[in-house]
Amino acid sequence: MTISSTSRAGKPTSVASATKQGTQIRLEGVTKDYGLAAPAVDDISLTIEPGEFMTLLGPSGSGKTTTLNLIAGFETLTSGTIALNGSDVGSLPPHKRNLGMLFQNYALFPHMTVAQNVAYPLKERKVPKSEITRRVGEVLNLVQLPDRDGNYPSQLSGGQQQRVALARAIVFNPAALLLDEPLGALDRNLRAALQTEIRRIHREVGSTFVFVTHDQEEAMNLSDRIALFNSGHIEQVGSPEQLYREPDTLFTARFLGDSNVFDLDGAASATSAGWDGRTWSIAPGTVSSHPGASVRAAVVVRPEDVRVAHDPADVPSGSNSVGAVVRDLEYMGSYRTALLDLGRVRQLGRARVDALDSTFTVGDQVTAWWKPERQRIVAA
Amino acid sequence: MTTTTRPRRAPRPSWLLLIPALGLLAAVLLVPLGQSLLTSVGAPGFTLEHYAALFTDGVTLTVLGRTVATAAIVTAVAFLLGYPYAYLMTRVGPRLRGVLLVIVLIPFWTSVMARNYAWIVLLQRGGPVQSVFEFFGADDIAFQGSVVGVTVAMSQVLLPFMVLPLFSSLGGIDRRLLLAARGLGSSPLVAFWKIYWPLSRGGVVSGLILVFTLSLGFYVTPALLGSPQQSLIAQLLAQRTTQLLDFAGAGALGILVLVITLTLVAWANRFGGTISAIGAAAATDRKEQR
Repeated sequence: MTISSTSRAGKPTSVASATKQGTQIRLEGVTKDYGLAAPAVDDISLTIEPGEFMTLLGPSGSGKTTTLNLIAGFETLTSGTIALNGSDVGSLPPHKRNLGMLFQNYALFPHMTVAQNVAYPLKERKVPKSEITRRVGEVLNLVQLPDRDGNYPSQLSGGQQQRVALARAIVFNPAALLLDEPLGALDRNLRAALQTEIRRIHREVGSTFVFVTHDQEEAMNLSDRIALFNSGHIEQVGSPEQLYREPDTLFTARFLGDSNVFDLDGAASATSAGWDGRTWSIAPGTVSSHPGASVRAAVVVRPEDVRVAHDPADVPSGSNSVGAVVRDLEYMGSYRTALLDLGRVRQLGRARVDALDSTFTVGDQVTAWWKPERQRIVAA
Repeated sequence: MTTTTRPRRAPRPSWLLLIPALGLLAAVLLVPLGQSLLTSVGAPGFTLEHYAALFTDGVTLTVLGRTVATAAIVTAVAFLLGYPYAYLMTRVGPRLRGVLLVIVLIPFWTSVMARNYAWIVLLQRGGPVQSVFEFFGADDIAFQGSVVGVTVAMSQVLLPFMVLPLFSSLGGIDRRLLLAARGLGSSPLVAFWKIYWPLSRGGVVSGLILVFTLSLGFYVTPALLGSPQQSLIAQLLAQRTTQLLDFAGAGALGILVLVITLTLVAWANRFGGTISAIGAAAATDRKEQR
């Protein structure tokens, strides 16, 4: 998490330096119904700003890929509208939408060389030959594959193939680039390298990117904003920080990162919440505005915000706390995670403990505590 | 990176497994073929007069031309019927695909004689097919005893040899490539022509070659449905060996047909080989990504 937050911190300047030449994509009431029990995509509205890196994140079957295919035109809308820079494209076939698409399986044409693959969309647009040669060379430089133009895709590694696919998807200056889990087939190291690459290319070409993934870390690393999908609707839209620090619902809190969840005994009041007979204080601005939160709420605290003390007297006043027994300690390298038995059936808490702190052992009776401003009251 | 995951070349002694097949081939193919070759050049002496006769007797070249033309038409018909059929087979569900496969394979499972006599019943003078044509005013078409009838029956009999290689080739084409092409600006028709068709060429070439070479040597169907006046090369061969007992002439004719066929296969291999290699590579890639 620390790595991603530092890299995010460096991003605003670079985004600001990019020219906002991208296309706005507006979805309104977008619905796709295959006639199954529930629509695959159910009345989604989302505006993706020009030049934005928007990630559609969610578990499999949540409708994120269907949404991307609707934008691309590979699926037809059941109802709703999709507009690119204000003009409705809902009834246009995919080849007339001028969108770049990157697939998980690369989808390079095996009977064409790298150069022919990249030149394909330009030839379809009747670009003059000399310009094709120039632009293919430029874009292959951009993806750092300048001397593989004569190779066939089968002669390249998976990472190289995806770079070629990326080159092919951006060479014709599409209105936007749609990426359908493009890194899913790659191993971990390669994935990290290509993430950096995609971020750099997004910065350099400055166009709108719509990225589909089920990997929350990938989403946090890459995105300006994330739209979190859950069974056909959008659970929450926001920057990675917003989704991580200020989740509206339990689903969001659980999907992004680890969290301790305390189902409250009812709705929270403005200043206090009850859990298992305890009363916890609530800091201003930490209650989700989600309508569900006023009906059934839960307290969410990230493990890195939970401290553990041997002596209840060490807990600073004004903190929320709960007694616990250390069930296990997981060594994570730079820190350890303490698994805490909170005395409730099937509920384990997680707290972060300094890797060098050897005072805690399994079986210790401890108090877990956190500052009320570090918790979040969400709809359960 | 992908190459390391591919299985290594099989260990050395496995070529021993070829011995039974090679032995059988030597005994029943190479030996008689060698004998025919020797006979055709007049062994124990040496003469090329039997080969010269093929080009001067006025019959052989005509029959050869008719055979090649018939084979070409049969191949074209089988291709025009087979390509859409094989394409459909790759697009339907497993159950319907099974049914379609059985329909293609039924000719394989039926005896040659049964199939040909069935066609005689259908195509004979006054038979159902001719009646239909007569109804529409075309009353001078003879199906039985003509090249037309032979072509119709041969196309049906040879259809599986077109459909099966096509099906295996088309089934290996990743349809997401078509989506990719659509996304890059191709209409469905252009996507088919620039992506799907080139990737299917390996199967097309094997199908064409199989059907064409088999048509060249077809005997039973032309013998039963054709007429002696419009005989094909296989009938000519049979006539020379069984009626005229002209083994030298038959041998020379046989060798000529063999040379034509081999030339064709070699040419097609050079043309189709690289294509099917690419197709195979694409299919492997796809499997590895699953």
